[in-house]
Amino acid sequence: MRRGEVVLETRNLSMAFGGVRAVDRVDFTLWDGELRCLIGPNGAGKSTFFKCLTGQLRPTEGDVVIRDVHVAGREPHEIAALGVGIKTQVPNVFDGLSAEENIWIAARRWHGAERARTLTRETIERLQLGEVRTRIVGTLAHGQRQWVELGMVVAADPWLVLLDEPAAGMTHEETGRTAELIREINRSAAMIVVEHDMQFIRMISRTVTLFHEGRILMEDSMDAISADPVAREIYLGHRA
Amino acid sequence: MRLARDFRGTLIVAALAVLFTLIAPVTLEFFTIITLTQVIGLAILGLSLALIWGFGGILCFGQTAFFGLGAYAYAIAATNIGGSTGAILIAVLVAAAFAAILGYFVFYGRVSDVYLAVITLTVSLILYSLIRRTSGPEYKIGDALLGGFNGTGAPPLNIPGDASAMLFPEHIFYVAMAALILVYILCGRVVTTHFGRVCVAIRENETRAELLAYDTRLYKLGIFTLGAAIAGLGGVFFAVGISRVTPDVFGLGQSALTIIWVIVGGRGTLIGPILATFALYYLTAALGTQQLLNTNLILGIILVIFVLAVPRGVIPTLTGWAATRRQRRALRARERRLRLRRPRGGEVAGEAE
Repeated sequence: MRRGEVVLETRNLSMAFGGVRAVDRVDFTLWDGELRCLIGPNGAGKSTFFKCLTGQLRPTEGDVVIRDVHVAGREPHEIAALGVGIKTQVPNVFDGLSAEENIWIAARRWHGAERARTLTRETIERLQLGEVRTRIVGTLAHGQRQWVELGMVVAADPWLVLLDEPAAGMTHEETGRTAELIREINRSAAMIVVEHDMQFIRMISRTVTLFHEGRILMEDSMDAISADPVAREIYLGHRA
Repeated sequence: MRLARDFRGTLIVAALAVLFTLIAPVTLEFFTIITLTQVIGLAILGLSLALIWGFGGILCFGQTAFFGLGAYAYAIAATNIGGSTGAILIAVLVAAAFAAILGYFVFYGRVSDVYLAVITLTVSLILYSLIRRTSGPEYKIGDALLGGFNGTGAPPLNIPGDASAMLFPEHIFYVAMAALILVYILCGRVVTTHFGRVCVAIRENETRAELLAYDTRLYKLGIFTLGAAIAGLGGVFFAVGISRVTPDVFGLGQSALTIIWVIVGGRGTLIGPILATFALYYLTAALGTQQLLNTNLILGIILVIFVLAVPRGVIPTLTGWAATRRQRRALRARERRLRLRRPRGGEVAGEAE
């Protein structure tokens, strides 16, 4: 496996809600070009961990370093301004605007008017959103809204992409296309994907980080994790 | 692009307003022209809320705070300077500066939307009670007596550079209309710029805007301050229109009315609230001449009807109807074309098989 430089690192990262430590002294490293999946049963702390990375939560302890910049406790827009593309668990789109305009606003943040228009057109083609280009996003189907959001992430041309459950609520076919898209994004960006859907993870991942009770339990390939008796007990046991 | 078309619409409406400005003094009575100036001031206030609430998504319940500050700042500055041109500028700056300071604490303190409404309303009510307590000769700024409950006199406009050359009511009407039209064009332009689109995006989903690396606090502060500056300008013309400023400019009634204009005219349009201001002002005036029905009761009923039956407001509902009709007509036209072609189309399909 290619191991370039470290693009994202957490040291001793903790997030406590009252007495509950949702994330408990996590040391995590993401290498350049990597596509890492975070899995774990409900309440394992992966979404809280994710929110600490994106600035939506301010960690109670520890540090997050993105390409040598300490970002723990920074605002989300400051983290995004480093060139980080973020998609949250709940679809966050501009419901009252057209699909085109949603993506344009993402592209325009980084580029001049002319370039932003070209980028918007390209992104719409890339995500096959041509048919719904002028439709108001609030009226689109769930899967399409997720893609519009992915389109916004892609249009900003990030070098690091953080996705929280990108395939949630999608049909089988849509999930397949999303997996394809994620592999394509991964060609130019390192990625962290939080996901529940095992099949989906098999489609996209090489290394998987398993969270349990706020800590990293294992870090290995999906096959190794599903073969591991402890991991099966924790993950599949809880799910059943 | 659609935005270019939106702005062209703004210009068309502005052209109609220019036409109205030229015709009005010929057709309307002199007295109506005099009262129109103050209504134009109110319409500018309505426009300012249309901008920050309709496009910025900021429900400012105390837009009258900036309106009133503009009115008082103008009256005080004009009395002291002895000319109106600089005083207008000062009025706009005072309103904008006050909003910038207030907005800084509200937006950078991450105060939620509901509390923003409460805070702005409270601020305008504080100003209201504060200024009401300023009766007596000791409350004066320079030569201008604040006058407490009775308010203070607002000098009329004059030709720039010549304080003795006062404008006639007719000319003041022209100036006020020019101000309204220019500010309308400015707002129409702003909402099509990158800045304006980001403000609309923040209205739609602030979290998403942040995740796209926009500092939403700065954008909200920007549009809030711009809106306040416009409201301040509205205050100037209101003061000039009635030649006086009283604490009522800060009052709860005025705050509520401003919200009603925007609800009736429609959020997300600029012309809607302007027209609603004129319409409701003249309705109020007409209702004031009779004693059978209470004016506020009628206004309340109108508000309730709009919230329940026309929640989007007049202009968005009308344009919505027009768009649906256009779509239907296009669909029917396409069906007709298809029906004409069908016989031949069927044969082709048969051959292909």
